[in-house]
Formats: sequence, C-alpha cells, structure tokens
Amino acid sequence: MPSSPASAPPALSITGLRKSFGRPAVDGLDLEVRAGEFYLLLGPNGAGKTTTLRMVSGLLKPDAGAIRIFGVDALADPIGAKQITGWLSDEPMIYDKLTPPEYLEFVAGLWSVPGDVAGSRSRELLRWLGLEPHARERCEGFSRGMRQKVALAGALVHEPRLIILDEPLTGLDAGAARLVKDVLQEKVRGGSTVLMTTHILEIAERMADRIGVIAQGRLIAEGTLADLRARTGREGATLEDMFLSLVDQDRAAE
Amino acid sequence: MNAIASLVWFARHERRLAWRDALSMMTAGRPDRERRAWIWLCAFAIALHVIAYLLVRNFVSQQMQADLPTLIAVTASILLSGSAMLSQAMESVTRTFYSRSDLELILSAPVKAERLFAVRIGAMALSAALMSILLMGPFINVLIWRDGWQWLSAYGVLIAVSLVTTSLAVAITIKLFQWIGPRRTRVAAQITAAIVGGVFVIGLQTAAMFSSGTLQRLSVLQSETVLAHAPAPDSPVWWPAAAALGNGRDLFFVLAASLLVFLAVTARYAPRFAGYVLAASSVSEISRPAAGAHRFKVLSPAASLRRKEQLLILRDPWLISQSLMQLLYLSPPALLLWHNYGKAGGAVVLVPVLVMTAGQLAGGLAWLTISGEDAPDLVQSAPVTPGRLLRAKAEAVMQCIGIVFFPFIAVLLFVSRQQAFYAAAGIGAAALSSIAIQLWFRSQAKRSQFRRRHTSSRIATLAEALISIAWAGTGAVAVSGNSLWPFSAGFALFLLLCVRWLSPSRLS
Repeated sequence: MPSSPASAPPALSITGLRKSFGRPAVDGLDLEVRAGEFYLLLGPNGAGKTTTLRMVSGLLKPDAGAIRIFGVDALADPIGAKQITGWLSDEPMIYDKLTPPEYLEFVAGLWSVPGDVAGSRSRELLRWLGLEPHARERCEGFSRGMRQKVALAGALVHEPRLIILDEPLTGLDAGAARLVKDVLQEKVRGGSTVLMTTHILEIAERMADRIGVIAQGRLIAEGTLADLRARTGREGATLEDMFLSLVDQDRAAE
Repeated sequence: MNAIASLVWFARHERRLAWRDALSMMTAGRPDRERRAWIWLCAFAIALHVIAYLLVRNFVSQQMQADLPTLIAVTASILLSGSAMLSQAMESVTRTFYSRSDLELILSAPVKAERLFAVRIGAMALSAALMSILLMGPFINVLIWRDGWQWLSAYGVLIAVSLVTTSLAVAITIKLFQWIGPRRTRVAAQITAAIVGGVFVIGLQTAAMFSSGTLQRLSVLQSETVLAHAPAPDSPVWWPAAAALGNGRDLFFVLAASLLVFLAVTARYAPRFAGYVLAASSVSEISRPAAGAHRFKVLSPAASLRRKEQLLILRDPWLISQSLMQLLYLSPPALLLWHNYGKAGGAVVLVPVLVMTAGQLAGGLAWLTISGEDAPDLVQSAPVTPGRLLRAKAEAVMQCIGIVFFPFIAVLLFVSRQQAFYAAAGIGAAALSSIAIQLWFRSQAKRSQFRRRHTSSRIATLAEALISIAWAGTGAVAVSGNSLWPFSAGFALFLLLCVRWLSPSRLS
C-alpha cells in the first residue's frame, strides 16, 4: 500500500455521518480511507453500505455529519468533490441507444475532460476492457457483463482520484470479474484510491489493503486481515469466519 | 388439462394480470390510492355522461331515422372508433411480440403455447372493446335513456368492431413480420399504428377543409356530393350503422360475421405466435452496428447533455411514431394554410393548433429528458450543478420544438409578420409552460414508462393540457386582431402559477 505524507489529506474522511429512512440506515459513521489504498467495505444486507457510498458520491444528502474527499468538503462544495470522484453502482445504468464511445464521449463532456485526452483514454479503456470489437454497436444488445464494463469505463474516463464502486462484480462471469479486478488493481498501482463494497469475501482477502466491517449503519471493525484476525482472536481463520463472528458479536452487544 | 380447461386457466391468469395492470395504472403503482382512483373514475364517468347529454340531446329531439345522412354519420363514427381500436390493437400485438415479460416462462413450460396466444388475442379484443365502451358508452347510455332500448345494440356493434379490428391488427402485424422481418416490423408496426389511429380523422378534416374551407369534419359527410355517390340505404355497407341504430337482424349478421373473422384469424395465427415471439426475442439480442468509425468530440457539459438527449430521441422509433402522430394532426391545418395562402382567416385556425401541439409535444419530450433519465446516478454524480443540468435538458426540448415548428413559422412569415410573431410567441410560451410543469412534477422513472407518464401525476397532465389550451386561445385571440389577448395570456400565466402552487417541488 502506498504511504501518503503525513500532511496529505486522506482520500476520504467521514465523520458522524447519519441518514435515516424512517429507521436509521447510517448511524453516526466515522471512516477514513487513505490516499492510494484499496479499501473494502463489508457488511450484511441492509447494513448501510450503499447508503454510505451514495452519500459520498453526492447522490444522497446526509441528515448529519461531514464528508471530505481529498480535503474537499463534499457537502459545501459538491461540484469540487464530484470532479475528483468516480461512481459505479451495482446496477449498470447506461443509455441503450448510445454506442460505448458515444457514452464515454458524453461522460467526458459532463466532467469537462479535454477532447484529445478523453479520446485517447476512451480508446485505451475500451481496448483494456475488451469492448473494442463492440465499439460500433449500441448498448441495447449488450449482456450484463458488457454493460457493467461500459459503466466502469465511464467511471474511469475522467481519471478520478477516488473510485467508488458498489458491488461492481455482481452478476459478472469469471472472465469479466477478473478483468474488472485487474483494472482496479492497476488503477491503485497508478495512485488512485478505491473504495468498494462486495459480498465476495475472496476479493476482500486478495485485493484489499484494509477492510471495514459495517453493521446497522456503524463501523464495527476495521483494519488489515491480520488486524481483524487479532481482534477476533481466531488465528488462521478465514475472512468469512471473522466476518460472521464480528457481525454476531455486534448483534449480541445490541 | 384438456383444451377448454387450459384455455379457461390461461384466461383467468390473463384476467388477473390485466386487472392488476389496470389498477396499477389507475393508482400510479400506489395501492393506497385505490379508493381515490375509484372516486376519480366515477367522477370521470359522470362528467362524460354530462358531456354526452349536452351533445346528444339535439339529435334525440330530431327523432333519428335510418336515412342516408344518418347512416353516413353513424358509419363515420364507427370508422372513427374502429381506427382508434385498430391502432391500439396493433400496439398490443407488437408489445406481445417484443416484450418478454412472462413469455420465456410460458414457452419453456410443457403447455401448448397457442392456447395462451389465443387467449391473448381475445384479451386484446376485449381491451379494445372496453376502451371504446369507456369513451362511447356515455353517449350510448344517454341515447338509451332519452330515445329507447334499441340503442343497446350499439354496444353489440362496438364489440363486433373490436373483434374485426383486433383480427386485422394481428393479420397486419404478422404479414409485416413475414414481409420485412422481425427487426423492421417493430418500428413499422408502431408507425403504422400511429398513422392508422389518426388517418381517418385527418382524412375527414382534409376533405372538409378542401370542400368547405373549414376543419368541421362532419360537414363533408353531409355534402351533396357524398350523398349522391353513397350506396343506397339498404346496402350491406350500412349494416353496422343500421345495427347500431337498433336493427336486430343487421346486428345479428354483423356480430356473426365479426366473430367468424376473429375465430378464423385466431385459429390461423395463434399457432404461429410462438415462432414469431422467439424470432422477435432473438432480434433484441443483436445490437445494430453504427455506420463508420466514431470520431471523438467532447463538448461542454450542457452541450453534451443536449446532444445526448437529441440522440436518444432520434434513435427511439416508438417515440418518433408518437411524435409523428402529433405531427400528423398538423397536416390539415398546414393544408389549410396552403389553401388559404394570403387570406387572414387561415391563421385563426392554424395558430391555436400549432400552439396546442407545441405544448403537448414539449410536455412529452420534457418528461423524457427530465423524468425519464436512464442513468440518473451518472448525471447526478457529475460535477455539474442541478440547475445547469435541468437547463440543458429544457434547452434540448426547446431545440426539438424549434426544429419541428420552424417551417410553419417560416411560411407564416410570408403571409404576415405579425401572425408569425404571435404563432412563435404562443409556441414558445406553451412549450416553456409544459417544460416548467414537467420540472415541477418530476419524478424519476424509466424511459420505457413513457406510455404511463400520465398516471404518475394527473394534475400535471391536466395542467399541461389546460395551459396549452389557454395559450392556444391566446394565440387565436391575438391573430384575430382582438386587443383582449393580454387578458387571455394573463389567464394562462395565472393557471401556471396555480400549478406551481400545487406542485410537489414547491411543497418539498
């Protein structure tokens, strides 16, 4: 994991974040993601992971709390924060009637990426994600995996410093999932920060620099795999065992 | 399960789906609105009966006879409702082919799919009949009340027309499928449905316009030329009309013939439906390669949004067919403009039609761009202020309106600069009002739900229509040279303010 200078702001800093939909979905969450790390957010269904990511991406307004992205206050300056953020949801929402290059052209326009830069980046991303042979087809006939790849290309075309992904591997076949994982690891190696949720614990074990476990809208554990093993006192345990143990402990403490 | 039992079983399944679908349309998908929806429906039915009474009472007092002028008028009404039913049935057949919903489940089950398709064709006929009964029923009820029970036979004629039009719709769509293939059929059938729906009324208006210089549809039907060339009153051509007027023998023949046609078409085409559905579903898997390599051109955020909206509208055949329908209604006034070139009278008819159409077209387009955003997360997560996003979407709509209505304004400019100015101002005001209403009542929806956009907010739908009418009226008053037009414009603005006051965006 690349270490950032002590003075550099964290990629993401969340303090006292709250959001309620009748009942609390996110309940006083504090979280810090360091610049250049691959941070994975784990949690059972309804734990508040997606709500948290949507608030960070500016898609939901928090009831309370603060969000800073590379030092930019995302609530006071949402445009500044969005400029350096890329968002990808689990449900790829793209325009059926556009081709992948047209879609990327549109996204590049929204993020005001200069034309020549956007063109070369788009071609590179399409090649990287294996979409080049389909570049002249409209997305309406694409499989779920291909749609997810187009959406991922859209999230990366403006080279965001913070890449936020909500269950990006849901429904992908092994080949497509491997490709997406490779692209994300490459981005982290290039200095980007990745914040991602997933239910696939094997990914967390293999890819994450740090893991945060969230339950009932609160962060109940955080650290590297070794940190979590030490905390649960289960040497040699798999992440699945530790995850279930942490969630059970939290439920028991309620 | 034997054939009859499985037909009944499928019919019950279809009835349950259709009922829930209708309920969901009435309540905009909110079960808590069911009671309110029923109250609205009852109020609507009462209002229609009142309107029907006001329109029909004069005919009743004239003691309607089955003479030639009456037979012509009733036949025209049957054809009018028949063209609408045919259009609706063609839409339903196309939807059955191309929307997957439960078809994969049914086609993979060990049942004879033709029974389901036979039931579905029957359901289409039923829904076409119900739709017509909803609109024509109040008139028939008033006639029964004021003139006698013989008018009950009009319901029989509506059912016969629905059977024939559904059979025609099935046959036309399947023939299109065979002639031009599954890919082109979708677009062709949708456009044909749109044209069929309006062609009869537009044809009548055009004929009326050339014969009497007005848009009064019925005037041409009662002209001496038509009466001289029409078949004699005892001709079979008039059987449906005579049946509607209470002739029991003609009603029997009309019903029997339509039922025979329907059964023959169902028996012939239901067994082939499964094959066509499979062919249609494989089409949607293949996307169409664009011509030539893509030349990357990045625009500003606002220009990107406008371009995206325009591309999506241009590439949506269904939407184009719907817009074409609205534009088709412009053809009679356009002909009127051409016919009355240089005379002042034409613009009095033309300008309100232009203004009204602009308001309705802008409302539909604004819904698509504002509420029907297919990638809301992407657009909201972009570093662009919400105000700028919405402004770009509104600009995209106004550009489309400009492209559609510019030719009319250009022609009007040659007739009279003042009339062209009033028309342009009215079109702009109506379009902007509709966009504003869509902004105030916006709620996230899928673009594919365009057909149901009216159910999400009835206030918005009603307001859009009322304000378009108000601007159309203002245009007519202004073009006729009446100095009271500012009052009419003020009334339109007052209505717009009331809508703003009622809108959820003000309350939130």
